[in-house]
Amino acid sequence: MNAVAVDGLWKFYGDYPALRDIRLEAGEGACLALIGRNGAGKTTLLRTIAGFSRPGKGEIRIFGKSPRETETRRRMGFLGHGISVYDELSALENLTLFGKLYALPDPRRSALEWLERTGLERVKDGLVREFSRGMRQRLAVARAFLHEPSVVLLDEPFTALDDKAIAVLQRLLREGLDAGKTIVMSTHQLREALELASHVALLVRGKVAFHGPCTPEMVSDPGWVYARYGEG
Amino acid sequence: MRIVRQVLTITAKDLRAELRTKEAINASFAFALVILLMFSFAFDPQEETTREIAGGLLWIVFAFAGTLILNRSFARELPNDCLDALISAPIPGAVLFIGKTFANYILVFAVELVSLPVFAIFYGVHLMQHIGQLLFVLALGTWGMTVIGTIFSALTVNIRLREVMLPMLTYPILVPVLMGCMLLTKGLVNGQPIGPDTQDWLKMLIGFDVMFTAVSLILVDTVLVG
Amino acid sequence: MKDAFLYALGVITLIIIGIDIQRIAALPPEAAQGTIFKIIFFHVPVAITAMLCSCVALLGSVLFLITKNFKYDALAVSVTEVGLAFLAANLVTGSIWGRIIWGVWWAWDARLTSALICWLLYAGYLMLRRAIEEPTQRATFAAVFSIFAFLDVPIVFFSIKWWRTQHPQPVFWGGGSFPPDWTRVFLWQMLAMALLAILMVSVRLREEESQREIDSLRRMAHSF
Repeated sequence: MNAVAVDGLWKFYGDYPALRDIRLEAGEGACLALIGRNGAGKTTLLRTIAGFSRPGKGEIRIFGKSPRETETRRRMGFLGHGISVYDELSALENLTLFGKLYALPDPRRSALEWLERTGLERVKDGLVREFSRGMRQRLAVARAFLHEPSVVLLDEPFTALDDKAIAVLQRLLREGLDAGKTIVMSTHQLREALELASHVALLVRGKVAFHGPCTPEMVSDPGWVYARYGEG
Repeated sequence: MRIVRQVLTITAKDLRAELRTKEAINASFAFALVILLMFSFAFDPQEETTREIAGGLLWIVFAFAGTLILNRSFARELPNDCLDALISAPIPGAVLFIGKTFANYILVFAVELVSLPVFAIFYGVHLMQHIGQLLFVLALGTWGMTVIGTIFSALTVNIRLREVMLPMLTYPILVPVLMGCMLLTKGLVNGQPIGPDTQDWLKMLIGFDVMFTAVSLILVDTVLVG
Repeated sequence: MKDAFLYALGVITLIIIGIDIQRIAALPPEAAQGTIFKIIFFHVPVAITAMLCSCVALLGSVLFLITKNFKYDALAVSVTEVGLAFLAANLVTGSIWGRIIWGVWWAWDARLTSALICWLLYAGYLMLRRAIEEPTQRATFAAVFSIFAFLDVPIVFFSIKWWRTQHPQPVFWGGGSFPPDWTRVFLWQMLAMALLAILMVSVRLREEESQREIDSLRRMAHSF
């Protein structure tokens, strides 16, 4: 059974199909890069896989179960456009909060561990609203990985990151893949993504125009997929 | 009991975040005091007739001041997309809803408790004679307000003109609650304990609270996820 | 529904109303309240029709939440709008009645006050719809609100009735009685109002379907 399976997914806004008959899989240890122009449906697809909204038609299966079930969500991590941490709380309070929500055995200890792994241990008691942008992004990454999810979904993760944060994220993703995690990430930053990706899917106007393994040609010439399968 | 712990985690989080900034609760206190003041210009507190209607006025103050707090309830999750993190967490939507409702309840109740002595002083009423029953009415009425306010806060979080839509939608629904509380409070403030002819209002309040809490718990996932 | 059928329905409704008005005018004035009592032939049927509309709106909302089929959402909004219009007619006729009988435009009669609150509730439903752009979210949230509104309606009625029994006010039909030979005309009026409502809902439904098509075409055009 695949870690992530999208089966005949349609997503409608009113009568307009934003996603049309999407079929994708990602096995354990796979890294699927979703590429496509703005408006192609990458964010919609990712958010539907994550369980933020229900499919119009078709199914999403995470380890065979729906992402709307609480037990399945325990094994999933999501990093979206926003950092999803509270400005009024400290870094430690934020991570401890999410640790409790994810029913970790020792939320505070996990929080401290992850603050160290993302280089934020010195500011653990600082309020997030006082953080620099790079620090906020690293905290967001810590929150997404805190509960050791088996499936990590990332929406354009490299877009707004500074160098330090990119390095942290790439390291975490690589370690995660080696440990058998499944990554699905949508991206514009083809180079950083394709270095990690084992598979690539190109979305064009809500449909999957290409879905296959990531080849060395793609890594050396990222625009190739667009040229070959995209529309201009 | 994991669910209880999750609910308390959400409640604690909301309370901690609010008490750090105190934005909503300060605004709510100030608003309550200002309205109480304005009412004493409109209705002369020295007159006997004002004392008779004072209990009703109190609930108008609570309803308006409460809306300021209830508006923030889901709106506070919007910056940084925190609502995403809560929805993708392995907690049922009902837990998120009840946790927030408890937090709102505590905050609104706090504003009400502070307003009571001010009200008593401005209007020269004796609240202590039936304070137990008064607090019971406050408890029931505030729960009704908070449940409806919280679920509608979730409903209106992403829409245009949220601050206007929330009161516009909640006040008509809350008419029975506000009416019952006003009538009961009027009597209590004038020295009449709740008797057989006013008991029905208590039953209605309890029924309202139970029914709409149940309906909200059932529908909250539809509102959050669709 | 086909055009021809709707036109036929409209003509039939107009004929029934026309005949009814003649019959109503021919009836003798009621003993206690005089001619104005005849407003009951409009005041009550529109209220009953509005109540039926609210039930159908609930049905549409629940069915939409279950099936996610937009035709139920279209039904819910159409029926709510028409119901709102009928409820407004109830309020206006009631107000006129009160003005003639008691000299005041508004007398806080229990039923009228409840009708006013219900009017505000369902007007809120329409305002909520206007505030949400995205069609699926609009339909879902409106359906949820419609359920809350429907559940609140009986509580509102009872609360206001209790409120008025504790502070009795004049009630409209106090002092007037309903002669038995009026029943037939009354039932015909009920039918006429119901047919009128069906007609208006059908027209509105059509408009709603067209609007949906335009919206999705617009979205499709913008995506290119």
